Amino acid sequence: MKRRLLTGNGAAAWAARLAGVDYVPAFPITPQTEIIESLANWIDRGEMPGRLVTLESEHSMLTAAGAAAATGVRVFSATSSQGLLYAMEMLYTVSGWRAPFVLVNVSRGLSSPITLEPDHNDILAARDSGFLQIHCATCQEVLDSVLLAYRLGEDNRVRLPVLVNMDGFYLSFTREPVEVPEAEAVAAFLPSFQAGEIRFRASAPESQAVAVLGGGPYSYFRYETHLAARIAIQVYDELADVFEQSFGRRHAAVECYRCEDADYLFVMIGSFATKARAAVDSLREAGWSIGLLRPRLFRPFPEAQVRRLLAGRRAVAVIDQNLSFGAGGVLYAELAAALYGEKAAPPVLASFVGGLGGRDIPPEEFYEIARLIRDAAERGETPPPRLLYTEAELRETRKLQAIAKVERAGLGAKS
Amino acid sequence: MNETAFKNVKSLPSSHLLGTGTPMCAGCGGLEALHEIYDVLGEKSVFVNAAGCMTLLAVYPFTPFRGSWLYTAMASAPAGAQGIRDALDILKQKGEIEEEEDLQVVTLTGDGAAYGMGLSATSGVIERNLDFLYICYDNEGYGNTGQQYSGATPHGAKTATSLGLSGFAGYKKPLFDIWAAHRPAYVATVIGAEPLDLARKIEKAKSLKGPRLIIALSPCPTGWDFDPKESVNIGKLAVKSGVWPLKEYVDGQVVHTKLPTRRLPVVRYLETQGRFRHLFEPERQEGLLKEIQQRVDEYWAAVTC
Repeated sequence: MKRRLLTGNGAAAWAARLAGVDYVPAFPITPQTEIIESLANWIDRGEMPGRLVTLESEHSMLTAAGAAAATGVRVFSATSSQGLLYAMEMLYTVSGWRAPFVLVNVSRGLSSPITLEPDHNDILAARDSGFLQIHCATCQEVLDSVLLAYRLGEDNRVRLPVLVNMDGFYLSFTREPVEVPEAEAVAAFLPSFQAGEIRFRASAPESQAVAVLGGGPYSYFRYETHLAARIAIQVYDELADVFEQSFGRRHAAVECYRCEDADYLFVMIGSFATKARAAVDSLREAGWSIGLLRPRLFRPFPEAQVRRLLAGRRAVAVIDQNLSFGAGGVLYAELAAALYGEKAAPPVLASFVGGLGGRDIPPEEFYEIARLIRDAAERGETPPPRLLYTEAELRETRKLQAIAKVERAGLGAKS
Repeated sequence: MNETAFKNVKSLPSSHLLGTGTPMCAGCGGLEALHEIYDVLGEKSVFVNAAGCMTLLAVYPFTPFRGSWLYTAMASAPAGAQGIRDALDILKQKGEIEEEEDLQVVTLTGDGAAYGMGLSATSGVIERNLDFLYICYDNEGYGNTGQQYSGATPHGAKTATSLGLSGFAGYKKPLFDIWAAHRPAYVATVIGAEPLDLARKIEKAKSLKGPRLIIALSPCPTGWDFDPKESVNIGKLAVKSGVWPLKEYVDGQVVHTKLPTRRLPVVRYLETQGRFRHLFEPERQEGLLKEIQQRVDEYWAAVTC
């Protein structure tokens, strides 16, 4: 096992290489491009087998990925943000083909306004697509999760494509020490892809993804996909054990940091959760009984584990790095749904939205959130959802607007 | 075409590989062409389909195909062909499948996908020199949704979205030229009503490697408004009037495979179809008819081979 300084993108590329992927349909998009560039270079130099083809769009890329997986090869691809949305029709489509492969998404805020920096509206738009979702907080997790994702998706009880998510810039371009396992160890953990009966061969004609008439057969196939995704919770837990035995690292479906006796919890997904983790440490030092809950598995949603881990807490703050316009944080709604009717549910479940388009969530905001939920618990009253933003930021934005106005007026005067 | 196995109509295959009882409309010119194509192509094929009329060929759990089928989406059937072709090549290269397990990869779409939404994906696979066959059944409109005009609709045709007196204001997109401009291995126009010409072209396409693309004009009783029994006659008239030139592109050359020496007037073709009735009734629209004839004449005036 070698330790290397790898970016999240580098870790994703290494995982694909170690997984022995046969086929990489690709399309460049910031901040994901480094992944396909790395794979293209390795393949060109003969350092890894496999074939990489750059398609003319992410929509075609996903179609080719699904079609190749449905023919029986191991497929890897990667995208980000607008690319994921451009491919969205095919995400929903290929999951129904029950042909597993892994797609890495490097989260980046969606247009408009157009930005390069991260939040989770892109990946959460794929929430109901039938792709399973694993959310990473470190570069090591990216590498490990891609390997886990192949085992999970290819399991005969599951057979679904898997999205592995990392945050743009924060993980994609940040170098961290990453343990890169030996090829033999990976081969032992991840045997070659067995396509089973889902593949195209001359001797065994096969019609895939045909039309149905009426809701009966339609519902049958949709329910099948749902039930396969539900089984993936149990399969994931089994694999987390196997992975730990193989590589010595544990990646639980739901990570709970300093949770044991915590009265208060932050809940976050992705790399911004590491900011919450640091805040937990500081607050603990100051005497707070607080922890961090971080679901890694988001689809299927491991609500039983989430319920168990949230039971008996005094107050919980869900910090969403996404915004469902007109509703609020998506993770918040998922948690509220999981907790409804539970006797031991925390009496206060408060919603915060922050980190949009890479906006930082500084420690003092976590401390403020902690104070807010503690006070709410004491009053027995859930505070209204809060959009994290400071007066300084508002002032800065207003200043930009004022400058632009003056500049425009100046141009107008000249003409 | 000296080496053809198809010397005359009698030598055409009568294997009828494509099953019957599909939900296509009676008199569907697209299905007619597909029957003929499939007999030449054979069952060692996988059809990659885009949204269109023929999506309903394979309805769970039945299929008229002896071979395989994958439905993708409207815009990306060529990309689906790319994925399957690449995967089969990888499996062969790795020695995981034998040569006889290989399949001809065939993209099957209507004109809506071919002329419009899927054009970028088609351009992409030709650019990447994909070894595949594309069959476009062209019924000159979004037929499956009730014949709204598409990029393939001819000038003056009445469609569900061009109901005015002059019909469709645009002109049929030159897809053959657009495809040929990419310099693929083969491009051809065919029509089910000329089965010998069609069979020879599929035979030739089958013998070549690389992107091979076929446009089959598909007389459409429901979309074009005519009696289903007239489908073959209308197809023949499309060729005889010069409206649908039968030609092929190979080795950088466009060659017409049927030169109508005595072309019938275009009105003979137009008057057979309800979609052009407004050109004759209640008033004969001489200007528009003349323009349509003129464009056909200009096309043929430029044809040398």
